Amino acid sequence: MNSLFEYLLRIGDDSLILGQRLSELCGHGPILEEDIATTNISLDLIGQATNLLTYAAEVENLGRDADNLAFMRIDREYKNVVLVEQPNGDFGDTMMRQFLFDAFRKLFFERLQQSKDFQLAAIAEKSLKETRYHLKHSSEWVIRLGDGTEESHSRVQHSLNTLWRYRAELFFMDEVDNELINKGIAVDLKTFRNEYDSFVSTILNEATLNPPAQNWEFGSGRKGKHSEHLGHLLAEMQYMQRTYPNMEW
Amino acid sequence: MKEISLVDLENRFQKKVDSEIRIEPNDWMPEEYRRTLIRQISQHAHSEVVGMLPEGNWITRAPNLRRKAVLLAKVQDEAGHGLYLYSAVETLGADREQTIDDLHSGKAKYSSIFNYPTPTWADMGAIGWLVDGAAIMNQVPLCRCSYGPYARAMVRVCKEESFHQRQGFEIMTVLAQGTPEQKAMAQDALDRFWWPALMMFGPNDDESKHSKQSMKWKIKRFSNDDLRQQFVDVTVPQAKLIGLTIPDPDLKWNEKTGHYEFGEINWDEFWQVVEGNGPCNFDRIKARKDAKEKGMWVRKAASAHAAKRAARKTA
Repeated sequence: MNSLFEYLLRIGDDSLILGQRLSELCGHGPILEEDIATTNISLDLIGQATNLLTYAAEVENLGRDADNLAFMRIDREYKNVVLVEQPNGDFGDTMMRQFLFDAFRKLFFERLQQSKDFQLAAIAEKSLKETRYHLKHSSEWVIRLGDGTEESHSRVQHSLNTLWRYRAELFFMDEVDNELINKGIAVDLKTFRNEYDSFVSTILNEATLNPPAQNWEFGSGRKGKHSEHLGHLLAEMQYMQRTYPNMEW
Repeated sequence: MKEISLVDLENRFQKKVDSEIRIEPNDWMPEEYRRTLIRQISQHAHSEVVGMLPEGNWITRAPNLRRKAVLLAKVQDEAGHGLYLYSAVETLGADREQTIDDLHSGKAKYSSIFNYPTPTWADMGAIGWLVDGAAIMNQVPLCRCSYGPYARAMVRVCKEESFHQRQGFEIMTVLAQGTPEQKAMAQDALDRFWWPALMMFGPNDDESKHSKQSMKWKIKRFSNDDLRQQFVDVTVPQAKLIGLTIPDPDLKWNEKTGHYEFGEINWDEFWQVVEGNGPCNFDRIKARKDAKEKGMWVRKAASAHAAKRAARKTA
């Protein structure tokens, strides 16, 4: 197995699948300003996915390109965390999913900028600028919804209860990571788990939200095992490429 | 203090308009001028926002990463245009929420073209090329509209529309040069969007009820028919260039006038769609209403949180 290729898929698929999810909301936001914000975040994520999958295709060197990787794999070959494929639900679900992800991504890209792989470091640097805005946006909404009305509090508390179990997978590591950590390419995720937990807890606290007591953590997206939701997302996303194969668009 | 009569005020106003001095929000203006602008600008804003839906329909199914990114950027621009325009309406003393409620109740109109469905990817090309192309024809003269905030908003809007038009034409060009299936998809989209695009310029000049006064106030600079003709003259050669056929058997070049002659527009269809009977009127308004209703708790939460923060600050 080519570890760098695998690593790039993991990061790139997180961006791709979440970007795809957010793009479903375009034109249906709770307020026009939010339609602009959500579309913009989706656009950033699709841009990151393009950079990462382009590089992945180059590293793989089997004649595939970014579009091939984005649109022509089967579900088991996608390596995103299960968190990002969860449905948009209501606005509270969308923002909570985004917050748990953005908080991870910011700390991750900060460290990935130091990668000895210059291409990866450059992508991380660019993506970090975007992610800082995403995190500011999602944190502010979690606080507003949590410390807003009784209804918004109860809704977003429910979002937290259902999404909380997916956050641990963000810190999944295996031999792919270990090999690349030794080469100075990948980030050792253990080094910022505490910082992540403490940041998340500060925001949840300000939002007057409580993490659920259950700490059962699961998710195996990094190994290609996904929830039922991914298949539907892919059916829609891959429709054109599957229906009209080998055409230029 | 000497009273200025209404007639004097109107004369002064018209003199300013005639000498191409922009009218600004705090300037005196005839009530009818204000009402006309509120109607026109809010309907323009609604068109941008409703216009996000037929294209939003294809973002999740865009055929490759580049097209997905471009389409996202384009639809985001449209939301931005909606926002500038609602702000321009507010400078006239209108309430954004009220204008949106008028859209939802059917009182306010929006561009009828968005009541046509987008069943295929080629429709993204046709909309960019024809619909944004027609919008540019309408909007470039609005950059010189007598009302300052509207004119200035249009300068930026037109820059972005021009990118939208080019990306649409590029989609069509790629399809027209593609496989027979792709070419057929492009032709089919042109067949469906050509006539509705011509209708975007509004009724014929002798049927257009607001045109004359709007021209006098320099809100409008060219008549509906002149703009429509300009659009046909520009677009027909573009279709030829990429090998697509305009679906109009009466279309022919008139050497003497230097313009294309084209067939009769189906005005019955136009008015049916304006009145709410187009293929997608119901779905478009329902989508907007649903967004508002489903977002109610979010907006309430934001207000409640802002109030709590303000209270903590003063406490």
